[in-house]
Amino acid sequence: MAADTAVARPGRPVWRSLLGSWDAAVLLALVVVIVVGSLTVDGVGNPRFYRFVVVEAIPIALIALPMTLVVVTGEIDLSVASVVGLTCAVMGQLWQLGVTSLPLLILVSLVLGCLLGGLNGLFVCVFGLPSLAVTIGTLALYRGLAYVVLGDRAVADYPVDWTRGMIAPIPGTVIPWFVLVVAVLAVLFGVLLHATPVGRALYAMGNNAQAAAYAGVAVLRTKFWLFVATGAVSALAGVFWTFRFASARADNATGLELSVVAAVLLGGVSIFGGRGGLVGVIAAVALLGTLRNALQLADVPANALTIVTGTLLIASVVGPNAVRAARGRLRRRPLAGRTPL
Amino acid sequence: MTHRLFLARELGIALALALLVAVTFAANPRFLSAQNVKDLLLGSTILAILAVGQAIVVITRNVDLSVGSILGLSAMATGVLFVGTPGLPVPVAVVAGVALGAVCGAVNGGLIAAARVPALVVTLGTLYVFRGLDHTWASGRQINAADMPRGFLRMGSATVLGVPVLALFAVAVLVAAGFVLRSYRSGRELYAIGSDPEAARLSGVPVGRRVFWAFVASGALAGLAGVLHAARYGTLDANAGLGQELNVVAAVVVGGVAIFGGSGSVYGAALGAVLLTTIGSALPVLGVNPFWQRAAVGALILAAIGLDRLLAVRLARRLQGARHGR
Repeated sequence: MAADTAVARPGRPVWRSLLGSWDAAVLLALVVVIVVGSLTVDGVGNPRFYRFVVVEAIPIALIALPMTLVVVTGEIDLSVASVVGLTCAVMGQLWQLGVTSLPLLILVSLVLGCLLGGLNGLFVCVFGLPSLAVTIGTLALYRGLAYVVLGDRAVADYPVDWTRGMIAPIPGTVIPWFVLVVAVLAVLFGVLLHATPVGRALYAMGNNAQAAAYAGVAVLRTKFWLFVATGAVSALAGVFWTFRFASARADNATGLELSVVAAVLLGGVSIFGGRGGLVGVIAAVALLGTLRNALQLADVPANALTIVTGTLLIASVVGPNAVRAARGRLRRRPLAGRTPL
Repeated sequence: MTHRLFLARELGIALALALLVAVTFAANPRFLSAQNVKDLLLGSTILAILAVGQAIVVITRNVDLSVGSILGLSAMATGVLFVGTPGLPVPVAVVAGVALGAVCGAVNGGLIAAARVPALVVTLGTLYVFRGLDHTWASGRQINAADMPRGFLRMGSATVLGVPVLALFAVAVLVAAGFVLRSYRSGRELYAIGSDPEAARLSGVPVGRRVFWAFVASGALAGLAGVLHAARYGTLDANAGLGQELNVVAAVVVGGVAIFGGSGSVYGAALGAVLLTTIGSALPVLGVNPFWQRAAVGALILAAIGLDRLLAVRLARRLQGARHGR
């Protein structure tokens, strides 16, 4: 089932499964980048560097968690960045209307995120529409509503306590406290995906939704709640985004959806569903973030970085396939053909 | 039966377009002034060409997210060519742009067909790679209208009998693609692949080769769109076509091409592109806050796929008992 994650296969030594796993490859790449970067680039490896990497990676890391589960079930949610934008816009507008209670602003944002995710889930699970098309639609819709709410204004007069507080370090360290929120969510989603019947059901429906349904899995209901969770976490990322940049704008986080999807796929999750895990995804988020900042410090132009990201993404699907094809040829067994998308 | 579906879908979108134009015209007759019609057609041209290419790919149950980046790369190539060789004839530049796009498409298609990897992932990757190459190429370079031959820029704004020359490109592309998809064996096989790739393979369709050429076609059309972009705007930077990919997919979906392949037509996709562009210019005329434009597009996409679903369910119900053919 999860052939690319570190799961021991019968008749195969555990260390070989571990070494051959995609998670290990991504983690190894991360270590190589950190070691080579620290040795060759001035500034990489000092605490401020990591603080910056972490603060930058938080929104992608947050959204990548539920996105992993969504992709494992064989669906996709491209509307996440627009949910971030709409959350920012609503928070900005409420602030301007005189809502100055932080808990209330956060609560409204999370409820909004649930509703937006629920609308995606409604279209996908109740009306039976393909999630790729639905979320391209809601990508435009939610971003459009963000402009309707806030126009092209920017709301930036939040109290400094809030904006600085959002990226304040844990006392005694350089690590921003918000990492703890990400960590708690990562553990929650990780346990859900890898250690509960629900998680196994997610893989099952990703491999074959019909078979899963016949086996008694509530496919549609589970997927619906996954979309709700994705909306809620995206809204949380919107709250973080607003205060981290001290600016609520309708165009916040434009294009972030492709970065998140890139990280999830690079993390070894199959776009067809049914394969991949959270460890690889978190490693991929860290890899992309570290690489980006290290290359920037090394004065490598940003466009080279774009090329590296794209190449990594392509390699992440071509590499395992080539290995599998070579192994298949060795065993003289034909490749199981899967439908392309 | 497919004919009836074709009528329902393409006619539906044409009606929606006509209704939108009629209402806007009633609100402000100047909406259909010669100048505004020309602007509308010019505005739709590039999106429509991209949509035709995307439709070819989507019909085979694939998707090409790299078209915006290919457009940018080809536009930059056109500009660089003209800067390097000032006396270059315009058709050479057009051919060069199309060829570059085709090469990019061949990279996509080669990876997808040969390595059997999902198109969504590969083209998301090449979206970044092509855009990065574009930025590298453009760095420290500024290409202005003054660098382009006057004949080339005139092509961007000239009209024949009130129809912009650029729009004629789009019409030619549309008719050619529509003809191939409808009347050629290879075109029909694209639908077969999209309906069920495994069944197509078993019945002898060269799936890999067809998908490869579909991506080459999509790339070449994105290359053409890049040249036309350069002709229309004159000034170029590395951000040409940035973020265009999702608009193109939106146009295709609105035009009734099923996102999981096997049905729809390039005519529908082109109509979808025209409709999306027209909404953009009609809303301000109707006195709607322009900030509503994007939201309206989103609602339209949801309505379009909802309608498709409804039609499909009704069709399935009508065919109940009989075996579903195509």
